Amino acid sequence: MATIKERQEVLVEEFEFFDEWMDKYNHIIEMGKSLGALPEEKKTDDSLVQGCQSKVWLHAEKNGDNVRFQADADAIIAKGIVAMLIDVFDNQPAKEIAAADLGFLEEIGLKDHLSPTRANGLMSMIKQMKFYALAFAG
Amino acid sequence: MGYDVQAIRQQFPILNQEIHGRPLVYLDNAATAQKPIAVIDAISDYYLNYNANVHRGVHTLSQRATDAMEAVREDVRAHINAAETAEIIFTRGITDSINTIAFGMGAIVKKGQNIVITAVEHHSNIVPWQMLCQRTGAELRHLPMNEHGEVVLDGIEDIIDEHTAMVAFNHISNALGTINPVEAILERAQEVGAWTLVDGAQSGPHAKVDVRSWDVDFFTLSSHKMYGPTGLGVLYGKREKLEALPPYQGGGEMIATVTLEQSTYAGLPHKFEAGTPHIEGIIGFGAALKFINEVGVEAIAAHEKELLDYATEECASIEGFRVIGDSKNKASVLSFVVEGTHPYDLGVLLDQQGVAVRTGQHCTQPIMDAFCIDGTARASFAMYNTKEEIDLFKAALEKAVTMLR
Repeated sequence: MATIKERQEVLVEEFEFFDEWMDKYNHIIEMGKSLGALPEEKKTDDSLVQGCQSKVWLHAEKNGDNVRFQADADAIIAKGIVAMLIDVFDNQPAKEIAAADLGFLEEIGLKDHLSPTRANGLMSMIKQMKFYALAFAG
Repeated sequence: MGYDVQAIRQQFPILNQEIHGRPLVYLDNAATAQKPIAVIDAISDYYLNYNANVHRGVHTLSQRATDAMEAVREDVRAHINAAETAEIIFTRGITDSINTIAFGMGAIVKKGQNIVITAVEHHSNIVPWQMLCQRTGAELRHLPMNEHGEVVLDGIEDIIDEHTAMVAFNHISNALGTINPVEAILERAQEVGAWTLVDGAQSGPHAKVDVRSWDVDFFTLSSHKMYGPTGLGVLYGKREKLEALPPYQGGGEMIATVTLEQSTYAGLPHKFEAGTPHIEGIIGFGAALKFINEVGVEAIAAHEKELLDYATEECASIEGFRVIGDSKNKASVLSFVVEGTHPYDLGVLLDQQGVAVRTGQHCTQPIMDAFCIDGTARASFAMYNTKEEIDLFKAALEKAVTMLR
């Protein structure tokens, strides 16, 4: 099974395919569209990620030493971003998630592109995923 | 000569740039307007040539700074036709202006009285009154809104009654652009002897207000929405009302005498201007006022109305496009949703194409709740926007919608 690092490399390669940012966004949107919906009963206030302009729900479950993530969002770009993070983190060891360095965000240019807007909640999503991982690893 | 929008644009150097490789189309003017060279120059001139603290200094620079600042107070007085310059108070902004009055009224308002706002207020004209009501036990009421985003006057006699201490409302809604029936609301308030406050945050850049013809007790403006610097607001108040209120903040500038035991307060306007004022902001705002008046408030309003009508008409052909707040009586704001898309996504994809709009709740959560939506995207127009920009905006919006569906 691919490691967190390997999964990031695959994403970087995918995004290298696009020169224009509008096309990169299109790809994020497609990732959002292909992420399944979170069942309504899991869309609780507790699973809402704070700090996003749109609503983002993040659900985590322990699977042995690993963590399974599910998420949903009412805005499709936010959903695409969280889909990317799930792509990297889902079913990975809790300890590795907590310690992971997400270099791919910088390599893709997403960090520069997204973080100034604050409202997208990228950092909040990562923080929340690592928070779950830490709790399960402990 | 007609309205020369290209000549106006040249006065705003910031507009001449690319965002993500596309020409900037700035349509977030209801949040803040860009600044003309005249404003930037006035601020530079102050710092290059006569920066000094005001009012107390005996030296020449202090005198020049004081004169410049006080000249702006007179310009503001003339702009809104107040009776005297002492009724013009410089604040940190509209939020600060409203808090000044709401705090001061804590000494006057009693349990059993009520405060009336409307359903289309910005949070800054809701929360200070909620706080006043918590402190005094007074009741907070509001005039409702209809499905067009217009304030409804039916039942106003029951809502504004003889126990109403204050009626506070905005001239133009920031989230929807609706122009409120100011005179009708003021008339009822005055009939029962209530105090009145009109929030001119959105009307300042588009409408000339005569506070004496309205006979309003308080009126407030925001510099940065009127092409002036941020961090500065104006609070107009009738002398007798301002004198009846205690000062909001204590400190320097606002006192007559101070001993370690007690102080007496300065007269108007200084009683409400504790601390060193925003001198550069005031001087910059003076330049902004002059600029607006040279272009002409009515000419600006007519230009913006043309843009609003054009944008509303053009965007109607986008499938699922819905205007939020479709009153016929609107100024310069196009708040909208597009079915099957989230405002946040629209905002991001418009930005990618160089178009700046605002998305979200616009500090008006109660309005969004009433329309049962999480938020809108909002395009708002200013004196320097063009029809060509609206075409770019529409094309960018269509592209965004196609990508999102």
